[in-house]
Amino acid sequence: MSEIDKAAKLHLLELMLRARLFEEKIVAVYPAQDMKTPVHLYIGQEAVAAGVCAHLRREDYVFSTHRNHGHLLCKGADLKPIVAELYGRATGCSKGKGGSMHFVDEKVGCMGTTAIVGGSAPLGVGAALAAKLRGENRVSAIFFGDGASDEGTTYESLSFASLRKLPALFVCENNFYATSSKQSARQPCAEIYKRAEALCIPAEHMEGNDVEAVYFAASRAVEHIRSGKGPYFLQFDTYRWKGHVGPDCDYQKGCRPKEELDEWMKRCPVSKYEAKLISEKVTTFASVEKIRAGIMEGVEAAWAFAKQSPYPGPEEILRDVYK
Amino acid sequence: MPWTKVLIDKSEFENTLGREGLRGLTYRAALLEAQTQLLESDKSVFLLGEGIDDPGGVFGSTLGLAAKFGPDRVMDIPIAENGLTGIAAGAAICGMHPVFIHMRMDFLPMSMDQLVNHAAKWNYMTGGRLNVPLVVRSIVGRGWGSAAQHSQALHGLFAGIPGLKIAVPSTPYDAKGMMIAAVRDGNPVLFCEHRWLYDFVGYVPEEMYEVPLGEAVTRRKGRDVTIVALSLMVYEAIKACRLLEKEGIDAEIIDPRTIRPLDEETILESVSRTGRAIIADTAGKTGGVSGEIAAVIAEKAFDKLKAPVMRIGLPDAPTPASPELEKVYYPGANEIAAAARKLCGK
Repeated sequence: MSEIDKAAKLHLLELMLRARLFEEKIVAVYPAQDMKTPVHLYIGQEAVAAGVCAHLRREDYVFSTHRNHGHLLCKGADLKPIVAELYGRATGCSKGKGGSMHFVDEKVGCMGTTAIVGGSAPLGVGAALAAKLRGENRVSAIFFGDGASDEGTTYESLSFASLRKLPALFVCENNFYATSSKQSARQPCAEIYKRAEALCIPAEHMEGNDVEAVYFAASRAVEHIRSGKGPYFLQFDTYRWKGHVGPDCDYQKGCRPKEELDEWMKRCPVSKYEAKLISEKVTTFASVEKIRAGIMEGVEAAWAFAKQSPYPGPEEILRDVYK
Repeated sequence: MPWTKVLIDKSEFENTLGREGLRGLTYRAALLEAQTQLLESDKSVFLLGEGIDDPGGVFGSTLGLAAKFGPDRVMDIPIAENGLTGIAAGAAICGMHPVFIHMRMDFLPMSMDQLVNHAAKWNYMTGGRLNVPLVVRSIVGRGWGSAAQHSQALHGLFAGIPGLKIAVPSTPYDAKGMMIAAVRDGNPVLFCEHRWLYDFVGYVPEEMYEVPLGEAVTRRKGRDVTIVALSLMVYEAIKACRLLEKEGIDAEIIDPRTIRPLDEETILESVSRTGRAIIADTAGKTGGVSGEIAAVIAEKAFDKLKAPVMRIGLPDAPTPASPELEKVYYPGANEIAAAARKLCGK
């Protein structure tokens, strides 16, 4: 695929805006300290979730990490239960038992997210195995970071997915920092995708802030997987604007040079793409404002729903420990 | 009742239940039959494990299954316990019913992260939306110098983890019925087998049946002392009872069958009658299941106790290799009997 039509372009922009505006709202309200859950924000990386999820069907699986908001929203997860979960309410997607790091919406294939680095790959490969054993044409998209690529579980999962030719899409989002450890301090080779190649998995590597580049790469990957040829690996270099956890930037703490952050902010995937579509006359400033307003309406409605939802009662403590 | 009967060896079965025309199977054959019937009756069931299609067939417990059901239902896998446990859990989250088989329980610590952080918690973290019907079989070795890394009984390591269930079946009847119950349970179940149980024979019905997880069984009725015995220690307790009987001590044996959930009621009821308790575990005492059961008795039946609770377990050392050291390392019927005499003041 090398063509992308107008509707698909607008869809990509809308997906990115959905993730961005949702998290900007979190940034705005977080200082009030009534959202009592650690938030790992995705701001700056939205092109990856949007470009990949644009190719996923409702029944395709997604497995993600502590930094999962963008993946869930781009896959189409229901917003109200997600916000209620952030506020620890009984109406939350996990009844207030999961918090920000364990969003779930199995109706759109989001089968849970893990806060243990390296946890998403095996579970996602297991989902791919389930799909293959049942003869279903489903893709299992697995999001993880550069940090997780050093975990043994990721290696083991790549190996087994390749061995069994499973329909697994590995999406490595390299944002160069694991908490605040630089990639160069942790990895001898910045080309993480080569590890997949060593296990006979086709792999690509590119900047992840260009949403159309992501979209085309994901298209090649998903086509490969759906045709039964086995897994595919995509490494996207991108950048997290905020600290590892919380609504603030971390350059003040000395976690990264401010100039580096400034440089990547100039390459903002959302505003860059918005400007591109306006200059290409795919859309207008006014139309984009309308999209934003529509998304914000949903965001505010979700916030209102969450805040008027009840907290779980004490009887919930022992429920759901077992099925 | 034939299904609760514990028989020490094959000839004992043949001279008793076998004479009544009941079918006897070894523990390994009972496991094999359970898995065969599960594979035949439910397409979502599959087995995976390192070398489960080997000529030995996991000490006979998976023998012939790979040939019968093929490599998609009975999968040999890479030596990558943690990743593959996660893969099995992921398949379970998506509706499959995997049975992951480890030839040694010593390999379970390799998959601690996926068992403890993921499989055990997924149902809770998703507010009950996504359960993990995963069974993990593992086998405790003993003897022939198996030593520190091939003979550990590690069920206690997992006993403190909410979300896991832990089965320690001691008879062929329970091995089959609890395996079927575990696969249908819907939760992650650690199915802990002891290698020395594999040759024991007992009555096993041909049809599929379930032995519910969380129900203890009384293996022997008695008045003077309760012996709560786990796994292989059930047989040691029976041997101890035969010694004690001659000395006028009438011991009761409770086999909890699962240690999570633990059937406290049956244990407490028994201890309330006898006033004395011994817990015999195949593992060490420190930080283990025997201490947990002792604490339950102390908390809930202290006023019924006529003597302190005693524990029989392994010394606080890794398993040694030398046969002379093994003899010292493993307590058995004699130690249980000695504890019972002490508690009964004899």
